[in-house]
Amino acid sequence: MSLSDADVRRIAHLARLAVSDAEAEAALGQLNGILSMVDALRAVDTTGIEPMAHAVEMSQRLREDTVTEVDRRDAYQATAPLVEGGLYLVPKVIE
Amino acid sequence: MHELTLSEISRLLAAGKVSSMEVTSALLARAATLGKALNAFISLDEEKSLAQAAAADARIARGDGGRLTGIPIAHKDLFCAEGWRTTCGSKMLANFVSPYDAHVISRFNEEGAVLLGKANMDEFAMGSSNENSYFGPVKNPWDVTRVPGGSSGGSAAIVAARLAPGATGTDTGGSIRQPASFTGVSGIRPTYGRVSRYGMVAFASSLDQGGALARTAEDLALMLNVMAGFDPRDSTSVERPAEDFTLQLSEPLAGLRIGLPKEYFSAALAKDVATPILAAIEEFKKLGATVVDVSLPNQHLAVPAYYVIAPAEASSNLSRYDGVRYGHRASDYSDLLDMYKKSRAEGFGAEVKRRILIGTYVLSHGYYDAYYLQAQKVRRLVADDFRAAFKTCDVIMGPVAPSVAFPLGSKTTDAVQMYLEDLYTISVNLAGLPGMSIPCGFGADALPVGLQIIGPWFDEARMLNVAHQFQQVTDWHRRAPLCGA
Repeated sequence: MSLSDADVRRIAHLARLAVSDAEAEAALGQLNGILSMVDALRAVDTTGIEPMAHAVEMSQRLREDTVTEVDRRDAYQATAPLVEGGLYLVPKVIE
Repeated sequence: MHELTLSEISRLLAAGKVSSMEVTSALLARAATLGKALNAFISLDEEKSLAQAAAADARIARGDGGRLTGIPIAHKDLFCAEGWRTTCGSKMLANFVSPYDAHVISRFNEEGAVLLGKANMDEFAMGSSNENSYFGPVKNPWDVTRVPGGSSGGSAAIVAARLAPGATGTDTGGSIRQPASFTGVSGIRPTYGRVSRYGMVAFASSLDQGGALARTAEDLALMLNVMAGFDPRDSTSVERPAEDFTLQLSEPLAGLRIGLPKEYFSAALAKDVATPILAAIEEFKKLGATVVDVSLPNQHLAVPAYYVIAPAEASSNLSRYDGVRYGHRASDYSDLLDMYKKSRAEGFGAEVKRRILIGTYVLSHGYYDAYYLQAQKVRRLVADDFRAAFKTCDVIMGPVAPSVAFPLGSKTTDAVQMYLEDLYTISVNLAGLPGMSIPCGFGADALPVGLQIIGPWFDEARMLNVAHQFQQVTDWHRRAPLCGA
């Protein structure tokens, strides 16, 4: 099945990626090329096969419900684009 | 100094015949000239490296040095190192100075190794040629008009050009083995879960695994001794007792059963690559190994399954780059949504965006079962093929890549063609198996060819033994490009 220009723009929106008209057009051909390669999977009979979600079969390890992290707020915020008074600044979310 | 292997430098340091300051200074001088010409490093910090070297010398003088104390190691630029820029080859993280150490970096620091520099790589480890780096492509030391392979292209070029005796890498679909093959060095991707992913920038979490590149199997064993081990901070780190990967190196290979998958030796394999690989297998027979035919009937589905699973996981992992907590933020935006979209559009390169889009699509409503779930089922078929094959053999051997290193720019226009580069390596990642590449000769244009060695889960010690024994009777691993001589 192949994607349309509208599909590409919808996917880009879901992925939170701005795309120009030229980029959307280029992406359309490339994504369809990849999907046609991937289409080989659809012909495979996988009835009764358990999906393999991970490389090594293991169950989720649990740890004690205790604080293990030390407070390094300043060090972590030093890498942020915009902070003020210990808060991350973003454009207004609620009008 | 630069021509010495990691083990050789280790012995000289322990004997007090050289100092880490001498070794580190010599390699930093080469990094500034040859390293720059190859574009192999993203970051160097002479002051930091020399301070670690001085501390290592003091530790050796006190008599409490380990095997890697004072050894300069280059780290792929996706291992976070406190105070070092950790870019992942991306504009998105071009100014990210890590506030903490990855587990792998902590382990090397505890051992007293020297961080020589951060190695160039494909952006977010997505690529097979190192041409996707925001910091420009790395050049192959054997021929600077060729690619070094990817995504650990900087690490491979550094080891091949004798800029460092060892380098770390990561392998999600072949990113250690393929560049090792293209540059004539030894590389190992351990079993999934062996090396902690804590502080290793995530690409596809069920496939990513840290590993090492060096000149010899013995050197890889020494590096793995430091890198491997349980870490509670990685939820998929395997709880196994510590292992000394050097213990089995000297064991003879008599009785070793080598499986040769017929799917790896089809007409698709270039003759110049097949010839040295088949010659290497003859060499193993002389060492007492026997050859068994095996089959991996679902091998042809590995690349398609991978290009659903890896982009799906990548699109999820890379959603963290929102321009809020770290990474690039666009300078001009109208609202929050616009800020996300512009920051991500500006920060990511073309290949990364392509994979995010594919991943977003296969996970989106209505397509999940047809693509993602189906790919996970096929993934099990691919893994089961290996499980069946290992009932009749101890290791599997075959090619790493379908050709020798290709010219820069020759495959950049067609994504699918570039993806097919990883035809022989990707199934190992899907199955979570350990895989190696060791130099086994030369193909077209006198460029290196690697032999792939695949072992059962957690059998790295045996694979390293197999590689080490080959390196005792051959000298392919000692061949250096002109610039590394």
